[in-house]
Amino acid sequence: MKKEEIPQDLSSLGKITKEVCYAVDGSGKYVTELSRGWEIKINALDVAWNDIEGRKATAKEKVFRNEVSPLLFFMERALMDITILAGYTGFWKWQIKRHLRPEVFNKLSDKKLQRYADVFNVGIEDLKSMNVNEA
Amino acid sequence: MKLDFEHIQSAHCENGVTTNLLRHIGVSQMTEPLAFGIGAGLFFAYIPLLKINNGPAIAFRTFPGLIFKRTCSYLDIEVVRKKFSSKEEAQKILDQTLQAGQPAGCQVGVYYLPYFPKEYRFHFNAHNLVVYGKEGDNYLVSDPIMENTTTLSSYELERVRFAKGALAPKGQLYYPKQVAAITDHQIAIAIEKGIKKNISNMIGIPGPIAGVNGIRFTGKRIKKWRDKLGLHKAGLYLAQLVRMQEEIGTGGGGFRYIYGAFLQEAFAYHPKEQLLEIAKSFTQAGDLWRTAAVQAAGIYKGRISSQEDFNVMGDYLIELAEIEKQAFVGLSKIKWQA
Repeated sequence: MKKEEIPQDLSSLGKITKEVCYAVDGSGKYVTELSRGWEIKINALDVAWNDIEGRKATAKEKVFRNEVSPLLFFMERALMDITILAGYTGFWKWQIKRHLRPEVFNKLSDKKLQRYADVFNVGIEDLKSMNVNEA
Repeated sequence: MKLDFEHIQSAHCENGVTTNLLRHIGVSQMTEPLAFGIGAGLFFAYIPLLKINNGPAIAFRTFPGLIFKRTCSYLDIEVVRKKFSSKEEAQKILDQTLQAGQPAGCQVGVYYLPYFPKEYRFHFNAHNLVVYGKEGDNYLVSDPIMENTTTLSSYELERVRFAKGALAPKGQLYYPKQVAAITDHQIAIAIEKGIKKNISNMIGIPGPIAGVNGIRFTGKRIKKWRDKLGLHKAGLYLAQLVRMQEEIGTGGGGFRYIYGAFLQEAFAYHPKEQLLEIAKSFTQAGDLWRTAAVQAAGIYKGRISSQEDFNVMGDYLIELAEIEKQAFVGLSKIKWQA
């Protein structure tokens, strides 16, 4: 890539910091230059976030059909799998798997629900209702 | 307390932390390309059964932590590295390290990193930054991918140092020990070691998934993604490939360009014409990775979607495998003791 070809497509990161890029100058020597972002990369990130939105919607439908507890929705929202959630809540993975079942989730004590609510940064009522503001 | 620490921005976080920490102890020759090359940072691996963020696990550079470790080791510089089970202990040792006048490299997760834009905050736990002081409850932070230094409150820093999930940092803290001046001769030896290590990682690992074999393997796989996964999921996979290739700050095929820059800098220590010639091959590889990313974007944006488009994409990687293979074979023929 030539120095002049370094893309300058404003990304969400570009609003906060420019990124260092390596490219060659007219004589073929490597130099660094700052970039505000690259459209191709911005699109790839958009694809990932669209997928997450889709996964959240699917999770919500599953909760409404009573196939799974609201935990799944919050896991998708926080991009967490069971391993990560176990790390942050201190529950064992097998416990979380049980808590993903609606009938088990509905009987959880407020104390346990609070541990989830803290990690997902919502209140206990919102945890049950999936009533959250999407910023 | 604010230590005298020079923040130099870099394309990649671990290169930057390595460079800045080494410069701090007086290794004034150190640059990002030298750290990346001596640390044998260039790599490729595709781990078929492992999923990351519901997509394929693909790496374009070496395992986190190794660039710092190898660069120091090849320069005969001792490293201090500590992991913690207790958050209190982790903060105590960090404070003591700073009190002793030593800036500390920290491995952190980016999910809770407040100064990153939300769009970039995945559960990625191998980000690196340097803490170089503390004022009140705020730590002074040099994050090498940022243009300027920043701060994190003690709570914010603790949260990212104890991020959970794969590669959990466990409060990890590291820095190189003070040394007598590093001579240009030592740099030259380290360059040779780094290149040899990178040759063996790229063309010396048996099996299909690592090094140039992994690039070829991925290329062949991609051609099957359309039928096997369906267009939607195949698009997601390609977007993930591009995101890994383009990690923050590495531009298009960025790691290949940094390696090209490294070989040019290596020429100052080893005047061998091949280094300059082979640097061009890495520029060519970086450019082709960029072209491949544009092709992938055509697919994940839904502009193109035929099997032929996937074949073209796969063939780019197969061609890349050959270019990078020839480049490393070329490097392996260099006679260092001239």
